[in-house]
Formats: sequence, structure tokens, C-alpha cells
Amino acid sequence: MSVDTPVRPDPEAGDRPSLTVTTPNARRRALISRIMSGALFLAVMAAVTPLAILLWQTLSNGWGPFSWEFLTTIEPLSYRETGGGYLHGIVGTLYMTGVAALISVPLGLAAAVYLTERPKGRYASIVRFFTDVMTGVPSVFVGLAVYALLVSGSGGLGLGFGTLAGAASLAIIMLPIVVRSSEEMLRLVPGDLKQAAYGLGARQWQATFKVTLPAAAPGLTTGVILAVARGAGETAPLILTALGAREVVLRLTGAPQADIGLLMLDGFRQPFEGGIERAWAGGFTLILITLGLSIIARMIARRSQI
Amino acid sequence: MDPRTSTARDLDPAPMAPIRAEHRPASAEDADTSPVDVHVTLDEVSVHYGPFTAVRDVSFDVHRNSITALIGPSGCGKSTLLRTLNRMNDLVPGATTSGSVTYNGEDIYAEEVDPVEVRRRIGMVFQKPNPFPKSIYDNVAFGPRLNGTKRGLDELVEHSLQRAALWDEVKDKLSQSGLSLSGGQQQRLCIARAIAVNPDVILMDEPCSALDPIATLRIEELMKDMASEYTIVIVTHNMQQAARVSDRTAFFTVDMDNERQDRTGVLVEIDQTDTIFTNATDPRTEGYITGRFG
Repeated sequence: MSVDTPVRPDPEAGDRPSLTVTTPNARRRALISRIMSGALFLAVMAAVTPLAILLWQTLSNGWGPFSWEFLTTIEPLSYRETGGGYLHGIVGTLYMTGVAALISVPLGLAAAVYLTERPKGRYASIVRFFTDVMTGVPSVFVGLAVYALLVSGSGGLGLGFGTLAGAASLAIIMLPIVVRSSEEMLRLVPGDLKQAAYGLGARQWQATFKVTLPAAAPGLTTGVILAVARGAGETAPLILTALGAREVVLRLTGAPQADIGLLMLDGFRQPFEGGIERAWAGGFTLILITLGLSIIARMIARRSQI
Repeated sequence: MDPRTSTARDLDPAPMAPIRAEHRPASAEDADTSPVDVHVTLDEVSVHYGPFTAVRDVSFDVHRNSITALIGPSGCGKSTLLRTLNRMNDLVPGATTSGSVTYNGEDIYAEEVDPVEVRRRIGMVFQKPNPFPKSIYDNVAFGPRLNGTKRGLDELVEHSLQRAALWDEVKDKLSQSGLSLSGGQQQRLCIARAIAVNPDVILMDEPCSALDPIATLRIEELMKDMASEYTIVIVTHNMQQAARVSDRTAFFTVDMDNERQDRTGVLVEIDQTDTIFTNATDPRTEGYITGRFG
């Protein structure tokens, strides 16, 4: 045989069967694959359906009563009256969520930095254990604890109901989320980068503040925003701490504060059309707030470089 | 006296470690650098990770303004040893170093020595290019800024990038991310970043293993060029690279203890690169270099 005429195997004559001949159980395997794909699709649909129903309910009922007036006026004194809005609740929710973020974000980031810089530190396992437990604590109980510690005059600080007490309870709800998501994000920063910083003569705090935190910044922001969104949607911990108000409250302490969730609770519990309509619009507003925050978070996360 | 030795003399009240026979210049081309100017000395250096000994009893000298290559099979502890030279091993939990490493006559493991100061004098370039997710400018300015330098940063950045043979390629895009560069450019950026801190020893841990042959060639040329100003110690898996760039080569191997199931890195020999590659004293060196094991 000459070198320049390569042997081409003949599919008919070769000792290997043609590629068009399949193995005996191929048909069965293809069938199982198709069934499994279908089952998974159904499972995904089942998981998404409740969310879709929830969104549809809120949109269809809340869109009608939602208006500029709803955002800029306060609720009429009687639940029977239609019109008016949740300005006081929106202000209260944003106010308390903002103060809660100011409390929980620095604390949570600091704890996360500690957990990543000293993963086997003396307090690391304690911090991890408590953040895990705090994630599971019923939020109404958080409100009760803050009531006993801050609001109540007997045994507590006696601050009374108000913005600060509400914000404190929201901060407790948000803290473990900030810690956990920030820890995950800081862990994603490649060790190479820290090594490089140390190799250039950085001290530990310099490596943390100038390399690790900036590299993780988009991810950290995402986690923080999601925690804020979670806090903004909470109602139960505010029942015993903010209490609720019927006007716009700007004081930090000394006066009960309003909240969208609390107003919705009140509105739905009355048998009057006006109150119920406003409650639906309130739900719509809350979804707008949390959805907006989540979308911002996703957009920032996409810009991440790690 | 050679002016380059003056710093070492000023800092070192004790006499230099005796120069061993292997350091005496053997060939004519070494005669003009005589007497040998020792920059870093390792004396009986061992590194342990917990109960495990990674490297045992390594002693050799690193000559000033020359390139020393550390070669040997995987697991022989050459990277570990490299990281003892600027105390990067301090950052590994459980790692302990014994013996002494002397830089310009000072023990870098002495109690009153700050490891951060050591790392500012003895810079490091890593295996994988690892620029910070910052602009090219900020990458180079990172080290000087750590020390509080604010004035003259522009000149320093330009000089460092020029020294790393990267300036012409990046001078119009200093504000772009360091990650936008190619792998070879990123590695040169990392070299520029290391230079900017003004070290006089630069450690390179397989700096070309993640690069293509052309980028590798550029880094090698750069290293040879830098050797006039810096003392370079390079770990490489690539024996041809060691032969191409280094003045001296240290060959390490793994000492197996079958009873204790222990693998420990040991230094077999160190000599002029020519000698190691053509006329090695130890049969293990020749065996490794000719490809009989490793």
C-alpha cells in the first residue's frame, strides 16, 4: 500500500457497525430522558405558579385604586371613605427601612469580614450559629423582643412605640441576611488577589479595605439591597414596635410610626370597600418597592467582575 | 571595593557567611563579578506544615543582580521555599519556618523585623497573572499608595510600566481595567506592580506557566533585562526556561520516606546553570535534566 492513499473504512464492510445502528436500550433511555424533562418542567411550573397568582392578584386588584393621589395623600379618617392614600405608610416604611439599613449594614459587613478573615477565629462559629438561628426566628417574636427591650418602660429602655423601635426590629431581621450574603460574596474574591496585596506589602486591613471589599462590592451591594427589600416587606415585627399611625411621622422616637404593611392589615380587617381598596393598592406599592430594589440588585450584580 | 556591596556592608556588622566552594567562580565570565556579592542567604531552612515537613535543611546563597532558578519535580517544595524568602508562608495557617534567611545581612525572621517591610523589599510575582479588578494605573499605584505615596505617582507608574516593557502598549488606556489585558500583558502588569514598590529582590513563582510561548519569551527577555537592577529568584517547571534565563540553578528533589509515608523536598545541588545542565555533580540532577525521572 502506498503512503499517500489513506485507508478509508467502508461503513458496510467494516467490523464496527454503522453509526446509524443504535444500542438495544437506546429507545428506552431516550424515553426516560423525555419523561424526566417533562417532570422537571412541571415541577418548575408548580414552583412558579403561586408567585404568578400572587402577582396577578395584587396587580389586578391594586392597579385600580393605585394612583398619584394614593402616593401623595394620607388615609381618610373613616375606612368607609374611598380615595386618600398611604403617604404616611410609605414614609414610615422607607424611614424605618432606611434606619434599619444604617444599623444592620455596617454591623453585618463587619461580621462578614470577620468571618472571612478569621474563618476559624474564636467567635466565628458562635457568630455563624447565631446568624443561622436568627434567620429562623419568627419575625413577630423579634418584634416582641424589641418591645421588651426598647419600647416597654418596665424592664426595657422605655423609648415607646416609634420609628427607632420599628427600625431596630427590622435591623434584626435584616442582619443575618446581610451577614450571610456578604460572607458568600467575600469568599468569592479569589485568594490570588489577597496574596498579591500581601506580596506588595499590604497589611491585613489594607488588603481587606483596598482589595477584598472593592472586588466584592457589586456582590455586597446586591446582598444588602435584597436584605433591605426583605426588611421593607416585613409587617409582623412592627406590630409591637411601630404600632402604626394615621399621619406622617418624622420623629425618630416618641410617636408611633405608620407602615404600609400595618395599614394594609388594618384596611383588610374592616368590612368597608374604601379601606380594602387602599390595602390592595398598598400591597401593589410594596411589591413595586421590593421588586424595584431586587431589579437594582440584579443590575449591580451583573456588573460584578469576579 | 565594589560599590554595589556597600549597602550590604553598612547593614551587616557581622561577617558574611563563608562562601562555599561551589560559589567560587569557575569560568572566565564570572571572574569580573568576583568576589561574589551575596544578596540573600538561606541557612538550614526547613518549612513544616503542621507535622509535615515540606522542605528540609536548605542552604544556599542568592547572588545580587543575577537570576537564580529553582527547578525540580512537583512537590519538591520549591514554591514553598520561594515563599519563605519574603515571609509569604507566614500567611499559611500552620506553616512554620526554621533556619535563617538573611537579606542584606539581616535575618528576615528576626523578632523585630516586620514581615510587611520584608515584602516591600522582596517583591513577588505569582503563577497566575492576578491583577486587581482596578484600572491599569491603580494596579501599579497600589503598592506606593499603601505606603502613603501621593505625589509623583504618575511618574512612578510610567517608570514601572516602562521597566516592565508594558508602557507602549498601555499608555493610552491607563484607566482601563487591568483585566482587559491579555494574559502576557497582565503578567507584565503584575511585574510593573511589583517594581513600583521599589524592591531589590523579585521572586517569581512559575511566572510563565499560564502564558503562551510568545508571551513567555517576552517575560524571559524582560527578566534578563531586569537582572541588571534586581536580584531575581524564579521557580520554574520548565527546564529550558531555567537554562535560557538563569545564571545559577538550584535543583531540588523529593526525599521519600516509605516507612513514614513522608515526602520532603531537599536541595540536591546549586551551581552555575551551565554546570548544572552539562556537568552536574549529582547523578539525580543529571537524571532529572535528561528526563530519566521527574
